[in-house]
Amino acid sequence: MKVHEYQAKALMAEYGIPVPRGGMASTPAEAKAIAAEIGARVMIKAQVYAGGRGKAGGIKGAGNPEEAEREAGLLIGTRLVTRQTGPDGVPVSRLLIEEASEVTRELYLSLLVDGTSRLPVMMASEAGGMDIEEVARATPEKIVRCSIDPAIGFQPFQGRRLAYGMNLDGGQVGEATRLMTGLYRLFMENDCSLAEINPLGVTANGKLLALDAKLNFDDNALYRHKDLQELQDREQEEPLEVQAREWGINNYVKMDGDIGCMVNGAGLAMAVNDLIQHCGGRAANFLDIGTLNNPDRVVNAFRMFSADPDVKAVLVNIFGGMARVDVIASGMVEAYRQMDITFPVVVRLAGTNLEEGQRILSGSGIGFIEAEDFHDGARKAVEAARGAGR
Amino acid sequence: MSILIDESTRLLVQGITGSEGSFHTQRCIEYGTRVVAGVTPGKGGTQHLGVPVFNSVEQAMAETGANASLVFVPPAFAADGILEAIDAGLPLVVCITEGIPVLDMVKVHRYLEGRPTRLIGPNCPGVISPGRCKAGIMVGDIHLRGDVGVVSRSGTLTYDVVSQLTGLGIGQSTCVGIGGDALPGSTFVDILRMFQDDPETRAVVLIGEIGGMMEQEAAEFMKAEMKKPVVAFVAGSTAPPGKRMGHAGAIITGTAGKASEKIRALAQAGVTICSHPAEVGLATRRVLETI
Repeated sequence: MKVHEYQAKALMAEYGIPVPRGGMASTPAEAKAIAAEIGARVMIKAQVYAGGRGKAGGIKGAGNPEEAEREAGLLIGTRLVTRQTGPDGVPVSRLLIEEASEVTRELYLSLLVDGTSRLPVMMASEAGGMDIEEVARATPEKIVRCSIDPAIGFQPFQGRRLAYGMNLDGGQVGEATRLMTGLYRLFMENDCSLAEINPLGVTANGKLLALDAKLNFDDNALYRHKDLQELQDREQEEPLEVQAREWGINNYVKMDGDIGCMVNGAGLAMAVNDLIQHCGGRAANFLDIGTLNNPDRVVNAFRMFSADPDVKAVLVNIFGGMARVDVIASGMVEAYRQMDITFPVVVRLAGTNLEEGQRILSGSGIGFIEAEDFHDGARKAVEAARGAGR
Repeated sequence: MSILIDESTRLLVQGITGSEGSFHTQRCIEYGTRVVAGVTPGKGGTQHLGVPVFNSVEQAMAETGANASLVFVPPAFAADGILEAIDAGLPLVVCITEGIPVLDMVKVHRYLEGRPTRLIGPNCPGVISPGRCKAGIMVGDIHLRGDVGVVSRSGTLTYDVVSQLTGLGIGQSTCVGIGGDALPGSTFVDILRMFQDDPETRAVVLIGEIGGMMEQEAAEFMKAEMKKPVVAFVAGSTAPPGKRMGHAGAIITGTAGKASEKIRALAQAGVTICSHPAEVGLATRRVLETI
């Protein structure tokens, strides 16, 4: 789960990490009031779930409250298109108004769980303010890493190593160590999957300041962080994905093709999408129906296909294991009973209770296009999508 | 021979009395697995599906000689269940549970260090040595005893691949689902090493997917040590970056996580790459013919 920069900074401040003075505004009047309270030059930053805001015009400066109000008015209600968004961009409804800071250096600091060492790893670099993957490629010697043993936590010597690695000196080393210790505590106590400060500024008087802040949280751990769940901004997400979750379909990702897919299992669902592309088509979505044996969820999957204007044909590929084919089949028949389905549906079924499932489909009198295996299914779905107008 | 489980496996099921635990324990028993004990705290002293239930793993091991555990404990308590099994000294723990928080697994991995337990999963279909023993949720009757090892990050995709193999008369020594999480208990390298040492396994089918570095690590291992041929498919070539494709571990965050990078690394290690998942069976047959 992602959160906005202003929310990430508020949480960081709770852990003693220095952040610029500021507040969130959702109207130009609020922006003006916050700027007046700060009483100095401010930055106006669009709050969206996407990077690359600066280049896309999502960050502006303002010298006085009136200017802040004017700039806020130009941003709120627009859609921001960055290198990380689709062509439609993401809506701008909230702004972070914060004190503009003069910095002499921009550093990088992040924390994540490394899949190879299976430990939290803190990464620091003197080359902040840029894309860290680019730094890793071009100048890998500028990135310093420390694995952290969860049994003893983040240690001062690690803080010193990272701080010296960023070419900090004197009192900054102790300050950086305290900041990193706070970031580690924040990460562990809130089940983060990523904590990133980029850039971490060094101000003219030598102080450290988190100029940008990014926190991602582990979806699997949200059950124990009710406070974090409330931070989620649904408006920033793909509307069809939000809709899918409301209908109990948690593993749905909107894609750019025209073949709707319903599959059981994430790996198989990815493979089916690959196979469709191999056969010359493109999937409209990734959809793992899961293993819960509930025909209503199948009906809801068909509701998703009907709600998606891109869908021209549907491929159902079920390999029953925990999921039972007969339950899926009765859900499909029920979907036809409840809605007017005009797109062709290609069906490939295998596994648990196959005969019963096939009997339900053939007994329904609905013209499903049957497929022998998933290769055949993908081919037929691509053909069906080409032939279908909707 | 096979790897991980065989006729000598004495299986203990943690969470045996839950609905999923009950359903799949019954299927394992029907397949011929020797399920010797169940563990559900608070239900010790009772019987379930004809199996004695204990309050703790330690007690169950002491009384039944269990040497492997299958875990169905719900996600919020699963890491605790795995830790209990590691602490009791079980040589093998297979965790089916999906949705365990990553930081819980960080602790589990730290605790595993220096201890003799091998963990498979979590978020996996389990392990099957066809005709001998099933410790998992996969459909038993699609499998055929034979000499091809299968290792995969996915569940149902593996069923499909196994069906292709069985349909062509190609049997399997052991099929291992290592799971779709970011921090699996065992990696491709761990399982490849076992297949390498298993005299019965002649070739290996590897099913990878986007996210993480495990396929690249497997490629390095194969270049250096693997003597048996490997056939691979990597799912997610068409997945968009930054989106979690169902599995917690299936998310492209950096360049290394892309399917194309993984395929490149595996191909460089001499692996036979399948361009689509429906050709794994035939590709394996061709490879077996050349041995």
